[in-house]
Amino acid sequence: MTAFSRRRFIAALLFGCALLLGQPQAARAMHISEGVLPFGWVLLWFCLAVPFLALGLRRLKEASKTDLSYKPLAGFMAAAIFIISCIPVPVPVVGSCAHPCGTAISAILLGPAASVVVAAVALMIQALFLAHGGLSTLGANIVSMGVAGSFTGFVVFKLLRSCGARLAVAGFAAGVAADWATYLTTSLIMALALKGSTPFTPLFLKISAAFVPTQIPLGIVEGAMTAGVVVLLARKRPDLLVKMRVLKANEASL
Amino acid sequence: MSRTLKRQVPIVAALCLFFLFGLLIVPSFALSGPEAQSKAWQGVDEAVVGRIAREQGREPRPPLVRTDMGDLPLFAFLAAGAIGGFAAGYWWRVLLERRKR
Repeated sequence: MTAFSRRRFIAALLFGCALLLGQPQAARAMHISEGVLPFGWVLLWFCLAVPFLALGLRRLKEASKTDLSYKPLAGFMAAAIFIISCIPVPVPVVGSCAHPCGTAISAILLGPAASVVVAAVALMIQALFLAHGGLSTLGANIVSMGVAGSFTGFVVFKLLRSCGARLAVAGFAAGVAADWATYLTTSLIMALALKGSTPFTPLFLKISAAFVPTQIPLGIVEGAMTAGVVVLLARKRPDLLVKMRVLKANEASL
Repeated sequence: MSRTLKRQVPIVAALCLFFLFGLLIVPSFALSGPEAQSKAWQGVDEAVVGRIAREQGREPRPPLVRTDMGDLPLFAFLAAGAIGGFAAGYWWRVLLERRKR
């Protein structure tokens, strides 16, 4: 590309961005929307998210050095989480839509810290280009979907596996737990930031209860999805699951 | 999986889809007024997060990059789905190909 055409390309890109930014209309945001949290809370959630992101980046770097399959798996999970957390699933009877998170799958396969990075990338692209969440609420959304979802899903999966639960059962429970933990954390973040002079507990319960009709069925869908992906990978690439410490070597050979 | 069970899978799947479709239509008929229709199938994050934020005196702001107008969301979501789907398929294939080699 010549210097002139590059300049023309950049000018066209800037013009396009200006057009996108300049149009006034109501936002249809998902996750915690732009502008909902006061500045102090925005800062706090960003500060809480940063150490997890740093840990995740370190884990991604170290694991991809030693394992050639780790990068393709991380790429697959990033794309999968991005798509999964974009899909508004209609919940019958309730008459509203909710999106799954997909963080349980990535936490089981990549580890919870790397899963936070993958979720953060998905959330940032959604906030920038899909009017889905917000840049000011990115830290809070990373904490609720990335940190709470990934770590809860991972802990539940490991606990159940250590108790001898089957892969599908542990995957299902991890998916359900990750989804519900995400929405409980969102309720917590909202209640802490918006309570003002009112007491915290009633507002927290009110927000959590508002999520219940959609998140109970959606959590079950997420559980089924998590179990499906884990079982499919166990059939197609059991060696990969052994490397990721999801399966033991003797289980993979069965 | 036995042969009889395999034959029953598409029938069960079709019945499930039919049932789901039936359930999806119920709210569409139940919501008659224009206000109710505008709220039908609203995203839960908007219906819950947005509503509670407004009740508590915080109005959600429009996003920095405005892709929420006219057909732009349709384009953005289709493009995101296509690119994301391609990337997921590509990496899945890389993962499975490595196993074959």
